[in-house]
Amino acid sequence: MTAVVVDNVTKVFNRGRSDEVPALTDVNLTVGDGEFVSLIGPSGCGKSTLLRLIADLIEPTSGTVTVAGRPASQARREQEYGIAFQQAGLFEWRTVRRNVELPLELRGVSKAERRAKAEEMLELVGLADFAGHYPGQLSGGMQQRVAIARALAVQPPLLLMDEPFGALDEMTRERLQSELLGICAKTGTSTVFVTHSIAEAVFLSGRVVVMSARPGRITASIEVELPSRDEAGRQAPAYFEKITEVRQALRS
Amino acid sequence: MRRVLPPVIVGILALILWELFVTLGRVAPFILPAPSAIGAQIAEQRRNIGEAALASGANALIGLIGGTLVAVLAALAASRFLVLGEVSIPFAAVLNALPIIALAPILNNMFESTSSVPRRLVTGIVVFFPVFLNLLRGLREVDPVHQELMRTYAASGWTFARKVRLPGALPHFFTGLRQASSLAVIAAVVAEYFGGLQDGLGARITSAAAFTAYPRAWAFVAGACLLGLAFYLATLLLERLAMPWKQRLTS
Amino acid sequence: MIAGLAVAALLWEGYKAAGDPEGTVLFGVRVLPRADDLSMPHLWTIGRRLADPEMTGGRPVWLVVLQACLFTLGITAAGFAAGTVIGLVLAAAMQRFRIVERGLLPYVVLSQTVPLVALAPLIAGWGGTLMPPWATVSVIAAYLAFFPVAVGMLRGLQSPSAGGVELMRSYAAGWWRTLVKLRFPAALPYLFPALRLAGAAAVVGAVVGEISTGTRGGIGRLIIEYSREATSDPAKVYTAMLGAALLGLLVAGAVSLLELPLMRHRRHVEVATL
Repeated sequence: MTAVVVDNVTKVFNRGRSDEVPALTDVNLTVGDGEFVSLIGPSGCGKSTLLRLIADLIEPTSGTVTVAGRPASQARREQEYGIAFQQAGLFEWRTVRRNVELPLELRGVSKAERRAKAEEMLELVGLADFAGHYPGQLSGGMQQRVAIARALAVQPPLLLMDEPFGALDEMTRERLQSELLGICAKTGTSTVFVTHSIAEAVFLSGRVVVMSARPGRITASIEVELPSRDEAGRQAPAYFEKITEVRQALRS
Repeated sequence: MRRVLPPVIVGILALILWELFVTLGRVAPFILPAPSAIGAQIAEQRRNIGEAALASGANALIGLIGGTLVAVLAALAASRFLVLGEVSIPFAAVLNALPIIALAPILNNMFESTSSVPRRLVTGIVVFFPVFLNLLRGLREVDPVHQELMRTYAASGWTFARKVRLPGALPHFFTGLRQASSLAVIAAVVAEYFGGLQDGLGARITSAAAFTAYPRAWAFVAGACLLGLAFYLATLLLERLAMPWKQRLTS
Repeated sequence: MIAGLAVAALLWEGYKAAGDPEGTVLFGVRVLPRADDLSMPHLWTIGRRLADPEMTGGRPVWLVVLQACLFTLGITAAGFAAGTVIGLVLAAAMQRFRIVERGLLPYVVLSQTVPLVALAPLIAGWGGTLMPPWATVSVIAAYLAFFPVAVGMLRGLQSPSAGGVELMRSYAAGWWRTLVKLRFPAALPYLFPALRLAGAAAVVGAVVGEISTGTRGGIGRLIIEYSREATSDPAKVYTAMLGAALLGLLVAGAVSLLELPLMRHRRHVEVATL
């Protein structure tokens, strides 16, 4: 089964008003099970809009979005995906552990189970020692890791990420990229990842989807095959070749 | 120490200068009594000050609690029904600019002037506005990321209110309550200048001034200041207890 | 706004019609006010009272109230202006000298939490010796008005980012030029909410001040005078209340007018003075 099918989707904001904005035009995208797909493009190309359509945070003007074989709205209600944004969006009044527990809490998971799960996830992102801290006491990178742990807590088959590392410094960013790949490999999660960094897209993804603006549409889809996804991978000739290929696709 | 020392030095210096200014400058007590004279009166009148402070404090506290409760309920209603909020915010903002304290004589007429109700009512009304306006602002302001996140969790309106809106509005609520707690004491004391039952600090200040016992009047003012300070500190303490995450941040 | 007023009027008349004329007493405490004509006159009675002469053969009440309003407005304006100037100077001094801020700011914040307006009857003693009696009321108004300005302005002056300050330094601009070119414009969004608070505080100060100093001619005094006549002429005190409300609106409106030309195209920030 495929994780995501976006079929002929068009999205127009403020339809029928004077400030009408066509955000996406005739977009088709398929994400297979366990696949890691990055969406890349200039600002205004609609990559975040596409992600929000998959998450059913907004509805398409025309076309259909299917997640795990169900309509997107049903998939959202059944919590078929976890999501992380550029801002960590943690709740400052909850401790780190209780932030991770929140989606489980809303699903009615028992207290003991919730706690065990949250601790497991914090272990996964390397923050087990900070479970009792409040978000305000953590650095930006740590907050983002908590947000990822929260997205993973319900063990969703699909992970949606909207520039989750966008606000971090380069060193933290590379470390979190490696961690994310490890987690995805371990859990077998399918991922849709929005970014505007070419290097990040190439390093993380099995496929980089290139978009262009006005109107927002998909212009290229580039398969990425790297010898390894680690420090050595970042220096491999194949890595640089793919970066060049994506850059050219973005320019054309 | 570095935070405490400068204000303490300034305070002591100001007291010394004040004392010297009054004694060397031979300033008449009706212009400005010396701090030593006021201090002596505080010691002498401490029982009276205590009683009057208790009466004013009770009025302020009852008014504060009542006004806050009504304000919280009103703010919840106004955030639930958008139209109500749109109408009430400019209305409350305008009313807040009016000298509400001047309602005291009217309330004295509406109730009997020998009851404590008018003073408490004025206090409650004065308290209402800062709590209502701040809390409502907090309830209406939700981080858009939180909003999207709760939607991805398919959270219902009630869950959203309980887990996001209410805790998120707490800092705003306490901003309002801090202002309200000082206003409550001010209103409870000053309302007595407008007549009505005369058993609090305000009445003591005016009667001492009327008898030209100025150091004694200042002693009661000092009592009022202590009362205001007690209310403010109590609110700060409550705030710390209610929002542990803020406290850990600063430590 | 108009709808709100209409609802308030309906509530007033509704309670008058439905409420117990002697008020509702629970456990010996009157919890609901009396609804008789003495305590809660009909709105139209108040309206008619405005048009009638104050005393037989005297000027109409609305004229008396309006004049009292203008008198108090003058006192408030003087106090507001003085308080604002003092607040601004103090804020600049606190911004310039860290030691001044450390020593004074706690007192400025503290003074907001304590009922210093209680001093009003004591400042009354200054009238006639140090200054004319009306000026003592202005002193009280100024006293209440300067705190919000000092605190809000200090926040505003400190609001420019380190980057902005360093940029001015790279232009070799001194403290004064940095103040005028960078800090003061940056402080405007903080200053105006503080001025609105100061305006409201100055009104309260002037009204309370008039009452406790016994200054004649103002609206505060009028409220007390009319409330003493409440048993024989209940509507009269309400006309004075309307005057006080008008005064509050006038001051709030004047401060907003001050703000309009300067704050166009500017962001608004939340300012809490405590």
